[in-house]
Amino acid sequence: MYEKDGEKYFIVDSHMHYWNAAPSNWVKGAENYAKGWIECFHAYQSLGPKETHWPIEKFMAYTEDDLMKDVFEDGYVDIAVFQPTYLKEWYAEGFNTTERNAALGEKHPGMFIANTRFDPRDGDNGLDELRRNVERYGSKGVKLYTAEWNNGSRGYKLSDPATYRYLEKAQELGIKNIHVHKGPTIWPLDKDSFDVSDVDHAATDFPELNFIVEHVGLPRIEDFCFMATQEPNVYAGLSVVIGGLMHARPKFFAKVMGELLFWVGEDKMTFGSDYGIWEPKWQVEGFVDWQMPDDDELSDYQKLTTATKKKILGLNAAKLYDIKVPAEFLVPAQAGAPAAQESAQLVTDS
Amino acid sequence: MTVTDTSVVSAALAALTTVRDPELDEPITTLGFVASCTVSCQGRAMVRLRLPTYFCAPNFAFLMVADAYDAVTAVPGVTSAEVVLEDHFASDAINQGVAAQAGFVKSFDGEAVAELGDLRAQFLRKAVMAGTDLVCRPLVAAGAAPAELLALTLGEVPPSPELTRLRQRRADLGLSAGDDAPLLVDPQTGERIAAAAVPLHLRKARVTRAGIEANTSICSGMFRVRYPDGWTT
Repeated sequence: MYEKDGEKYFIVDSHMHYWNAAPSNWVKGAENYAKGWIECFHAYQSLGPKETHWPIEKFMAYTEDDLMKDVFEDGYVDIAVFQPTYLKEWYAEGFNTTERNAALGEKHPGMFIANTRFDPRDGDNGLDELRRNVERYGSKGVKLYTAEWNNGSRGYKLSDPATYRYLEKAQELGIKNIHVHKGPTIWPLDKDSFDVSDVDHAATDFPELNFIVEHVGLPRIEDFCFMATQEPNVYAGLSVVIGGLMHARPKFFAKVMGELLFWVGEDKMTFGSDYGIWEPKWQVEGFVDWQMPDDDELSDYQKLTTATKKKILGLNAAKLYDIKVPAEFLVPAQAGAPAAQESAQLVTDS
Repeated sequence: MTVTDTSVVSAALAALTTVRDPELDEPITTLGFVASCTVSCQGRAMVRLRLPTYFCAPNFAFLMVADAYDAVTAVPGVTSAEVVLEDHFASDAINQGVAAQAGFVKSFDGEAVAELGDLRAQFLRKAVMAGTDLVCRPLVAAGAAPAELLALTLGEVPPSPELTRLRQRRADLGLSAGDDAPLLVDPQTGERIAAAAVPLHLRKARVTRAGIEANTSICSGMFRVRYPDGWTT
């Protein structure tokens, strides 16, 4: 919970991690990838305020105590959603698995939601594993990393028939939320690896599922925005947007927020700290204090209301995950602009 | 012993300014991606390139290495060239592929089915959209209504570096770029935008520019962390 100027904010961190990238977990022969991956993540951290930077040693393997302090004690988070990333080609026990996350979550009842994941290239065994994870950990969401390497394959698409089979199974098991991360190594390499059109297909064909595109499809915000306007079940996950831009590039942060509010709308944007990349404390404080600047170039972007911020920081994600939020944090039902009505109109008119 | 021929080096560096990151639509020289460029007395050019992360997309990386090779090889006084991408997970495949003039598909055997022309064109279209916003925004600020923008030709727009750049990108795509060509065209077909679609076209142009700018700012932030010393020749 965060309180500022008499307003109370219920904080759902809808995208965070508990990883182990220590050298002892690097797969023999794949050390360059394991090292390159975590160094790349660590460079992202440097886009946050200097006083929040960690040495690489801590960054590779922060502890349970670090996480509980940074996220809950100092970071104002009420509920945190674990998003696993396996990367077992490079990390022997996985980078950030369902089991590792859930083991920590079980020690702190009521504080975490343990999402799981699937990889459609894992065949029938993968379907069984998905079922076991949902049954054991009560997962309501999955994190899909379409660029993950798997046994010689460098990625997959959400629109692949094999993925549809998994999405059908996930839905049958009670999964509601599909968090999608795009990365730079999807097959085939001659296509744009960040292309989000496969999410468009899946979102149309699975209207009961919600698709939260993490990092708002960065670096393809334009394609993402245009899709999200037309698909009522596509959401903008703000991890990286706040962490990577708000401090380091405030003007571009303003533009990206302005575009997202226009195309996607404040009812479909969700905060995620991307911890351990960035601590939530400065992101929550900074975002509550933030306003669209008075700048000619930004003049036709929407200003943010307190209700906008409350929705983005927690209430939207609380709806996706059926989290009961105490009344003192709620906003009036009609507060703020309805999601992206103007942009939908624009598309219909042309 | 390698002795650098400074006049040829200058020419080689000038040639490298024509090589762009297709995704960010900026020259690799201003982005800092050229780590070094030397030319021996025998005319052998050696160019080292580097990118913001170990996992930058290999297709764009390949295009930059191949374009740098072509640009430097064309410089008078350069008799042969070696262009090397450093510190990248696909360095070996890219460097060997470009050196062997093998093309992308062969360099990434089994992981790609087509060369990169379509990908390049796709990002040129994005550059045209972003460029449209850069050119139109001052006109809109000065009071131009959508219908007026629609009626404008490129020759009627006041000259600016942004306009020159937009014309170049359109020409690269094979779209009309002369004085009589309409300002607002569909980057896919080259056709003038329909009147009803102008507001959406301008909004798309704007979000495309915002996306490229945000992307560039993150890439340059990451680059500075990785190579805090900037670049040297």
